[in-house]
Amino acid sequence: MFQRSAPRTTSRQRINHAPSRFLARGFPWLTVMLGSLVPGWFMIASAPVMPPLGFLIYLGWRQLRPGLLPIWAGLPLGLFDDLFSGQPFGCAVLLWSLTAIALEIVEVRLPWRNFVTEWLMAMGLIVAYIVLCLALANLAGAASPFRVIVPQVVISVLSYPLVGRVVAMFDRIRLAPIVLLR
Amino acid sequence: MAPPANRRSSYSRRAQYTTFLSYAAGVLGAAVGLALVVISLVNPGFFSALRGLADDASEPAAQMSASGRDLGRDTWAELTGFFHSGAEHARLKRELAEAKVRLAEAKATSAENKRLKDLMALSEPNGGAVAYARLTSSTSASTRRYATLGAGADRNVTPGMPVRSQMGLVGRVLEVGSSSARVLLVTDSESVVPVRRATDGVPAFAQGNGDGTLRIRLINLGINPLRKGDVLVTSGSGGLYRPGTPMAVVTDLIRDGAIARVLSNPSDTDYVMVEKSWAPPPPPPPANDGTVKKR
Repeated sequence: MFQRSAPRTTSRQRINHAPSRFLARGFPWLTVMLGSLVPGWFMIASAPVMPPLGFLIYLGWRQLRPGLLPIWAGLPLGLFDDLFSGQPFGCAVLLWSLTAIALEIVEVRLPWRNFVTEWLMAMGLIVAYIVLCLALANLAGAASPFRVIVPQVVISVLSYPLVGRVVAMFDRIRLAPIVLLR
Repeated sequence: MAPPANRRSSYSRRAQYTTFLSYAAGVLGAAVGLALVVISLVNPGFFSALRGLADDASEPAAQMSASGRDLGRDTWAELTGFFHSGAEHARLKRELAEAKVRLAEAKATSAENKRLKDLMALSEPNGGAVAYARLTSSTSASTRRYATLGAGADRNVTPGMPVRSQMGLVGRVLEVGSSSARVLLVTDSESVVPVRRATDGVPAFAQGNGDGTLRIRLINLGINPLRKGDVLVTSGSGGLYRPGTPMAVVTDLIRDGAIARVLSNPSDTDYVMVEKSWAPPPPPPPANDGTVKKR
């Protein structure tokens, strides 16, 4: 899914340009926040149908560039997601932080990676995330049955490779040489 | 490549400390998250001011995307309408003729109603619209069903006010920010609305299922009198929702009630109306007010 060492032809074409430092560091944060915020605008949904896009993009960045987002990134990013997600406040902070730790631990023990293993790993994390979100929401007073989230789980798992491609595209934008060197 | 037996990141003390600290910060983040979750479980309204601020801040962009959403839907409706226009036109003419007769009858009935009520000195306080606004966004990735309304305290919206579209009840206002408000949709599993059958007033509760349908629970258990296609309206008991607001239509029968479809699909409505509460609710309601827990 992710080409780790893709040849960056653009930087070779423009030898006197360098990537913007602000964009290179801040763009992942920005895209995750937009992923948390924007999907709610598309429709007034009467069932959970959209995949948790903020979480998917967060996961995508973590898998594409381990270490680019620090392990504690779940705290600020999850805080932002909680403001808009409708889940009990703190749900995303907790689950995103746990996701980062789990992913780090697995990556230390499993250095082999390819499309299938990364997708399987993401699949497990996504399913766990959505199920735990449902559990926390139910704990906070809702009483949604389990079958409500089945379509969302399927959509999220199937759309993850696509999100991975989009994150890879973001990564190229992030490293686009736009600052003129003098 | 097998994982190295020695899992030290480096022989540099500095690098080891950095790794350790980043892990510690990650665990700290999880602990903070857990604390926040516990706080919001104990006191669900604790973070409402923060959420209100965030909704207010994202309000202009959300309004813009809401108008874009409306435009897209209208364009699609026009495109499809182009192909059906002939048959639709004929059908509408026929229905309009029938409806005009019905309207005349209804006018007579309501006049009679008013006269009878005047006779019995029953005056109904006339609840008006507080505000007309767009639903700008919703929690489309969560199992909770909240929507954000593009009007808040600046337009006299207060918590507990019912929200409806021209088709029927949409939900009620839960938290109010300065220019936005958070609406609990009727399909949320925490929302319980007292309803009655429109034709004969069989009382029931409509609880959200979380998947766009409602579960109708009859108050008087026994032989299930509901039939497919029955229209349910709010009954006004409990004093939050105005009586007679159309609410849902029964689609499936179950043993002790029915599954119903909401009449006003919130994604099909562009503007909604915020009404006054039917009766002033006693204290300002907490987030769990007027709702029933399953457990």
